[in-house]
Amino acid sequence: MAMTETKSSRNTAAQEQKKAANRRRTIVYLVLLAIALIAPFLAYPVFLMKILCFALFASAFNLVLGYTGLLSFGHAAFLATGGYFTGYLLSNHAITPEIGIITGTIAAIILGTFFGLLSIRRQGIYFAMITLALAQLVFFFYLQADFTGGEDGMQGVPRGYLFGFIDLENNLAMYYFVLAIFLLGFLLIQRTIHSPFGQVLKAIRENEPRATSLGYNVDAYKLVAFVISAGLAGLAGSTKTVVFQLASLNDAHWHMSGEVILMTLVGGVGTLVGPIVGATFVLTLTHQLAQSAVGDWVNVILGVVFVACVMAFRAGIVGEIQKFAKKNFK
Amino acid sequence: MTMIFGVPAAAFFGQLLLGLINGAFYALLSLGLAIIFGLLKIINFAHGAQYMLGAFAAYLLLNYLGINYWAALFLAPLIVGTIGALIERYLLRRITHIDHIYGLLLTFGLALIIQGLFTNLFGVSGNRYPVPSELSGGINLGFMFMPYYRGWIVAIAVVVCIAVWFLIEKTKLGGYLRAGTENPALMQAFGINVPLLVTLTYGFGVALAAFAGVLAAPIYSVAPGMGANLLIVVFAVVVIGGMGSIMGAIVTGLAMGIVEGLTKVYYPEASNTVIFLVMILVLLLRPAGLFGKEA
Repeated sequence: MAMTETKSSRNTAAQEQKKAANRRRTIVYLVLLAIALIAPFLAYPVFLMKILCFALFASAFNLVLGYTGLLSFGHAAFLATGGYFTGYLLSNHAITPEIGIITGTIAAIILGTFFGLLSIRRQGIYFAMITLALAQLVFFFYLQADFTGGEDGMQGVPRGYLFGFIDLENNLAMYYFVLAIFLLGFLLIQRTIHSPFGQVLKAIRENEPRATSLGYNVDAYKLVAFVISAGLAGLAGSTKTVVFQLASLNDAHWHMSGEVILMTLVGGVGTLVGPIVGATFVLTLTHQLAQSAVGDWVNVILGVVFVACVMAFRAGIVGEIQKFAKKNFK
Repeated sequence: MTMIFGVPAAAFFGQLLLGLINGAFYALLSLGLAIIFGLLKIINFAHGAQYMLGAFAAYLLLNYLGINYWAALFLAPLIVGTIGALIERYLLRRITHIDHIYGLLLTFGLALIIQGLFTNLFGVSGNRYPVPSELSGGINLGFMFMPYYRGWIVAIAVVVCIAVWFLIEKTKLGGYLRAGTENPALMQAFGINVPLLVTLTYGFGVALAAFAGVLAAPIYSVAPGMGANLLIVVFAVVVIGGMGSIMGAIVTGLAMGIVEGLTKVYYPEASNTVIFLVMILVLLLRPAGLFGKEA
């Protein structure tokens, strides 16, 4: 009797702690949301939209690297595919931007399924090489195809009227639309991670043979995670095209795949907020550097950040803060 | 004029030779990658940058110290290989205990640094490196004209590949290397200095990349970006061949070069992509790769 009592009291204590953690998390999210809502009045909206697009891109990427343990080196292909499909439709057909974005996302999902089916046949390091090679194939396709404008990209994509009546030429309207898309994507990722499906993904990341022996179809789980990630990366690319009115070949280049890895790594692999922080950090850094005297050194400095992250700050900004908080405020 | 499948023989053999040359580079680079992967279990993303370093080392040795091609063929791999050994000793070794993905990311970061550094110092456009006078000119073989230097590349690459194969498969040092690939902990217990072996192995793989870079200097322009795109193709070659065997890497490299050359003859639009398409086909039919051993 006494034993069950202590056990139940311990349970409630654990539950209390969990509740407190949840409350803290909610507060963090609300603060971030409030910042996002007033941000366009404090900073240049186009730059903020760029950050939101890349934050979504990095969060999507983190779903496979951070929560499934797969290092994809080909996510640029999905970003570019979303961008090109949306850009093509909006330039050549009288459709509203949301339809263009949805179509671009579907295109990325289809491409992601194809990539996934091929690449999960091999594990670990091969996975990175295969996705990189497939993305390079896609890069050459967009370079040579007729509709993409080759190295110039697709320029002058009209932003159009959202749902047919909201003028997106207005940067403020555009900003809140992008914010809504970002939140939608982020919520989807958050729900995915905290669902039973997400738990299985984490199990695969931690110990794949054991997940297999427990009867999970590991490849199917990996594939679904990869496709969700590809779709969200495509969504980010589609949105980016509408914002900048440009679908660029740069988005398909392997450099872009490397950049999204860096964003995720800097922010914190396997943390929800990490990719957002990382994207903000990397974009602000490159933006500031490009305007300064050391503008030519951007790639070298990014490389140094990369090496420093791997050698010393593997948990990333958010991960290190979490570690610090755990140690000092228990 | 003789025709082969509707193509003039001279054009056919010309492209075949170009394909063989590309194949020689694929073979040398994928060989280095396979050796490094065998012992360190990481994919060396800096391999393309190190190939570029080899070419630049030859270029700088010639222009600043007056050291000719033949000496550079030994010196450049030695210099770049030493840099590689230092990278292993002071960076890669510190992260051997964690997920091998980080080794890949580290070398990727290094590649960005090296490439960015050389772009800033020398610009994106390439520098010319002269063909050594001993190998200038060429010979008319009757069905095609072959520049001596191009023949030399194929010949020396095949010789070096076979020498490396011999070193690894038939010598005592190679035996250590193979044993280390299987079980480094046990090797260490037998009193072999495994950390030193790892450092030397990485340095050797890097030196092979630099050697390929010196070979490439006279026919391609010496440019900071020369290795980056090449490396992605080499990755596809590695996936096709699988990293199970040394001979597999060599054969697959040469074969893929020839496939690429022939595609240039018959369907030039696909010549950039054909190797990636072959990779997809191999993944569908034989996921472990043509020479792969893993499940």
